[in-house]
Amino acid sequence: MPSLKDYRDRIASVKSTKKITSAMKMVAASKLKKAQSQAEASQPYARAMAEMLERVAAGVTITDASPKLLIGTGSEQRHLLVVVTSDRGLCGGFNGNLVRLARIEINRLLSEGKEVQIITVGRKARDLLKREHGSKIIKNFTGIGGSSRVSFAEANQVTEMVLDQFEAGNFDVCSLIYNNFKSVMTQEPKAQQIIPFSLTDTIRANDNDAPEVLASPYAFEPEENEILGLLLPKNLGVQLFRALLDSAAGEQAARMTAMDNATRNAGEKIDGLTLVYNRARQAAITKELIEIISGAEAV
Amino acid sequence: MSENTSQQFNFELVSSEEKLVSEPAWQVTIPGEEGTFGVRAGHSSLVSSIRPGIVEIVSAQGNTPSKIFIAGGFADVTATNCTILAEEAMKLEDLDQGDIEQEISSLSSNLDNAKDDVEKIRLTRQLTLAKAKLTAITGQLAA
Repeated sequence: MPSLKDYRDRIASVKSTKKITSAMKMVAASKLKKAQSQAEASQPYARAMAEMLERVAAGVTITDASPKLLIGTGSEQRHLLVVVTSDRGLCGGFNGNLVRLARIEINRLLSEGKEVQIITVGRKARDLLKREHGSKIIKNFTGIGGSSRVSFAEANQVTEMVLDQFEAGNFDVCSLIYNNFKSVMTQEPKAQQIIPFSLTDTIRANDNDAPEVLASPYAFEPEENEILGLLLPKNLGVQLFRALLDSAAGEQAARMTAMDNATRNAGEKIDGLTLVYNRARQAAITKELIEIISGAEAV
Repeated sequence: MSENTSQQFNFELVSSEEKLVSEPAWQVTIPGEEGTFGVRAGHSSLVSSIRPGIVEIVSAQGNTPSKIFIAGGFADVTATNCTILAEEAMKLEDLDQGDIEQEISSLSSNLDNAKDDVEKIRLTRQLTLAKAKLTAITGQLAA
C-alpha cells in the first residue's frame, strides 16, 4: 500500500505537469494569433494572383506550346507528394491524421501501379513515413516556420525544389497534402493537386471573394502563354506558402486544444488523488486513535 | 474615356506576405518587362510582368512621386484599378547606396568562392537584385 508521502509526491508531479501543459496552451494561443494574422496578411496577394490568372486564362488558347505546368507532361505515371506536417509533436492528432491520409494516397497510387516520390516538410512527416516509405522520400525540409513565423523565402525553398524536379522531368503529377485550417477546433487533412495546375480549383478556392470578370479585352505583355509561364511558378509558390501558413496555424490550434484537454485532465487527476490522499490520511489518524483508546482500555 | 485628367484610380501594391500600399493615385509609372509604362485612370486593361526597378506613384497631379523599389512581379491594370504583385518591395529612401555596394562586393567574393552550382545560382540571383537596387539609386548602370 502506498504511503502518504507517495501520494503527496504524485500530486506534486501531476501539478507540475499541469503547469507545463497550461503554459504550453497559452504559448500556443499567442502563436496561433500570430499565425492567423499572418495568414490574413497574405490573402490580398493570393487573391490578386488568382484574379490575374483568371484573366490570363480567359485570354489564352491552350496549345502544345502552353506551359507544361498547365497542360502537364502528357503522362500520369510518376507522382510527387509534398507532405506538410509540423516539426514538433504534442499537438493531438494533427500529424497522425495527416500522415494517415498520406499513407492512403501513397497506397492508392502504388496499387494503381504508379511511381511515387515524397517530399516531406516537417520532422514529423519524415519520422512517421520513414519506416514504410523511407526509400521514396527524396527530400525533407525541417525548421520551416521555426521562428514562429513562416517566411515566403522559406516556402520558396520548397517551391524551387518542386520546380527543379519538374523541369528535370522527374515527375508528372504533384500533389500537396496538408492540414487545411478550417477553424480553431478543426483542421482537415487535405490532398490538392498542384501540378499540372487546374485553373478552376484556384478560382473556386477564392470563391467567397469571387472577382468580377470584366468583359473588356485584356492586353498582355509579354504575350499570353509567356506570361502564363511566368505566373504559374509564382502561383505555385503562393499555393505552397498558403498551405504552409495553414499548416502552421493549424498546428498551434491543434496544440492549444490538446493542451487544454491535458490541463483539464491533470486538474481532474489532482482532485482524484487529493481525495484518495485525504482518505488515507484520515484512515491513518483513525487507526492511531483506535490504538490509543484500546491501549488505554487495556490498562 | 474620360477627359478629366485629374481623375484618380485605386492603386494597390501587395507582396506575398502583406499588403504594402493601397491608396488612390493619379499616375503610376511601372517598369514593365517590355518597357516602362505609365498608368492613369481609364487605362486600357493590361497584364504585364515587371522587371526589377522603381515604381513611381503620384497621388495627385503636381505632387512629387513616391518611389518604391520592387524586385520584379506582375501588374494588373484595368480602367479603375491597378494592382502590382511584387516579389519584394521597399521604399527607395530606405535603400542605402553604401550598404548595397558593400552587399554587392561581398556577394561577388562569395560567388567567386562558391563551390556547388545551387549556391552559385542563388548568389547570382542575389547579385542581380543588388545591382538592380544600385541602378535604381544612382540612376545609372552598375558595372
